[in-house]
Amino acid sequence: MSQESSARETGGSDGVQATPESFLRRYVFSLDHKVIGIQYALTAFLFLLLGFSLVLVLRWQLAYPDEPVPVLGGLLGEERVTEDGAILPEFYNQLGAMHGTIMVFLAIVPLVVGAFGNYLIPLMIGAPDMAFPKLNMASYWTYAAGGLVMLASFFVPGGAANSGWTSYPPLANIATEGQTYWLFGMLMMIISSLLGSVNAIVTIVQLRAPGMTLDRLPFFIWAQLVTAFLLLLAFPPLQTAAVLQMMDRLLDTSFFMPSGLVVNGEVMANSGGGTPLLWQHLFWFLAHPEVYVLILPAFGIVAEIIANNTRRPLWGYRSMVAATLAIGVLAFIVWAHHMFLTGMGTVISAFFQTTTMIISIPSVVILTCLFLSLWGGAIRFTVPMLFALAFLPMFGIGGLTGLPLGLAAADIYLHDTYYVIGHFHYVVAPGTIFAIFAGVYYWFPKVTGRKLSTVLGHLHFWPSLIFMNGIFLPMFKMGMAGVSRRLFDGGRQYDFGEGVAGLNVAMSHSAWALAAVQVFFVVNLVWSLARGRRVGDNPWQATTLEWSAPSPPIPHGNFAREVRVERGPYEYSAPGADQDYLSQADAAQVAEATGS
Amino acid sequence: MEIPYTTAERPDTGLTNGRFGIWLFLASEVMFFGGLFSSYLLLRLGATDWPRGADRLDVVLGAVNSLLLVLSSITILAAWGALRDGGGLAKARRLLGATIVLGVVFVAIKANEWQHKLEEGIRPATDMFYALYFTMTGLHLIHLLAGLAVLGYLAGPGAALFRRSPKQYTQRVEITGIYWHFVDLVWIVLFPTLYLT
Repeated sequence: MSQESSARETGGSDGVQATPESFLRRYVFSLDHKVIGIQYALTAFLFLLLGFSLVLVLRWQLAYPDEPVPVLGGLLGEERVTEDGAILPEFYNQLGAMHGTIMVFLAIVPLVVGAFGNYLIPLMIGAPDMAFPKLNMASYWTYAAGGLVMLASFFVPGGAANSGWTSYPPLANIATEGQTYWLFGMLMMIISSLLGSVNAIVTIVQLRAPGMTLDRLPFFIWAQLVTAFLLLLAFPPLQTAAVLQMMDRLLDTSFFMPSGLVVNGEVMANSGGGTPLLWQHLFWFLAHPEVYVLILPAFGIVAEIIANNTRRPLWGYRSMVAATLAIGVLAFIVWAHHMFLTGMGTVISAFFQTTTMIISIPSVVILTCLFLSLWGGAIRFTVPMLFALAFLPMFGIGGLTGLPLGLAAADIYLHDTYYVIGHFHYVVAPGTIFAIFAGVYYWFPKVTGRKLSTVLGHLHFWPSLIFMNGIFLPMFKMGMAGVSRRLFDGGRQYDFGEGVAGLNVAMSHSAWALAAVQVFFVVNLVWSLARGRRVGDNPWQATTLEWSAPSPPIPHGNFAREVRVERGPYEYSAPGADQDYLSQADAAQVAEATGS
Repeated sequence: MEIPYTTAERPDTGLTNGRFGIWLFLASEVMFFGGLFSSYLLLRLGATDWPRGADRLDVVLGAVNSLLLVLSSITILAAWGALRDGGGLAKARRLLGATIVLGVVFVAIKANEWQHKLEEGIRPATDMFYALYFTMTGLHLIHLLAGLAVLGYLAGPGAALFRRSPKQYTQRVEITGIYWHFVDLVWIVLFPTLYLT
């Protein structure tokens, strides 16, 4: 293996690999998709931790309004907390806005697309690398720079962006300096994901190994392909919007400012003629497809793990692919269901609630196929499988609670309440984040050659499942009581909020407990990296191509031998075969299987 | 390690990576400018009154600039044609140089237009028409400058690639040309939208 790997390294045509790579080229400005994937993973996990920490502070205020924050209260500075350490409303707004921004744009998307996509796409289609390694590197560093801009915004006068993660004008237009940083950071994130998505699509279409026809692509790859198209086509309008808001803020144009806007009792001195609705259209044209960017790769991860741990082919692979493609198209015509309350008119509302009901069908198709895949399987309850199994009902709750929000009549009541928060957190937190955990436990042996500890995995999984629900389930009740998502005191100021405000205490304690049990995950990563059990190339007896590469795969080139794909991705328990799985790459077994 | 299909076409897709990549990039550009033009429409349709572009902007300069970009699209196409048909690097570089000159003259005229407006005290903040004018022409200009930078590289230091791999160099010129045509096309839509209606 090592001989072949060095032969490959010296065999580079352009001479770059002829000399040993410097430390910088190898670990920092790497062109290897695997290193870039790990860079994405580490950076995005740090942002995930940061985004989570912000909400842990925020939840103190919701559970114990105006009481000093323990420990941190004295450290946050007078711009953020009162003298005795209670959170100021201005800081509360920053925490909320930046929690959303960091989680969506700096943590989850980079994890599912930048980390999992980057690492696995070339391996699963039998390619030596991504199609454009230099663009890949540029994509990571643009993302890292954008993240730094977002971090820096916490320390400018007035603090970070504080107009919600949606940055609705006119509020965002007149907000403090942090908003400009937010816009600049977003522009960089969008450029980064543009580079990444072009790379992913070209790689999947062009670099498939011989024999890897479209109907032999693992479902994960289909999910990544559609996701890349969503990123490619949905993000640019937000870029337009960010440029326009930047113009409004820096050069005093009025794209999003109506005529005669009164702020603090004074009429704004801008030329007017703009409309805040324009921002909402441009923003949601991105942000609804963005929801599918968050969930489709999670489906992909879960599908791989379910097929592997049930030892059965996926039930309805073709239906799942078709449903994914359908989502990819429909995702572009549902955005205004976020805007029922804007008074855009019943005709438009009727259109968008119809398309929203239609798009729920392919999502249900995928979820149903995954459930049916379990039927009759000899299920291995490994740690990745536990997370994948938990994903199914958790995403189910998230998806089904979205239906009332897609109907204008129900949404007018529920809009901007905690019900909405509960809904999308079920989709993304015990949904996508569980899928991410499942993926980490599943592919860790491929990345490191060692398995994560099962005991620590169980200690991580079970409490996480309980506390996730402890946080988000009460939100539905609060939302149906009418509590708005943005209230500084958790709704206590209103009569209707008083009855449910007490739930905040249980929810906050769940959140802090959830944070505590993540320690098992971090310890597991560190401990297993050094001391975990060494496993071979294919510890899960899986069929897809990445498992026929060495663990870890060879730098620049991945595979130790020529890859030829012989069959579909999920040949588990094939009749007549002498073992219960047939690797996509292995020709020898085909003869045995067909010969018997 | 070598990435397959960087210069050779993949038989079953008929594409090279670069050619496919630039079309995907342009698809995202269509969405970017699509968002911009949609914003223009929404703001204009929502306005109580709207000035005639011809009363405010210099139609002749705009028309000259359109002509320059169309010509530059022809010269860059010819540069690629020369490389493809074995016409030699010298001829291709001359044509790339002509493309750059045309592009630079466009930028000079545009800068002159802007300067006149600024001297008259007109800013993006003046009203919605000028806000859109400066933003849209500005974003187009950024794209044009990016194109010029790439053309400068290809005609200058980047031309060294021709000796090592003529095929790869030819493809780079082709891909740059595809992008350049798009920037040209945006202007062809932008000119009547802002100047003539």
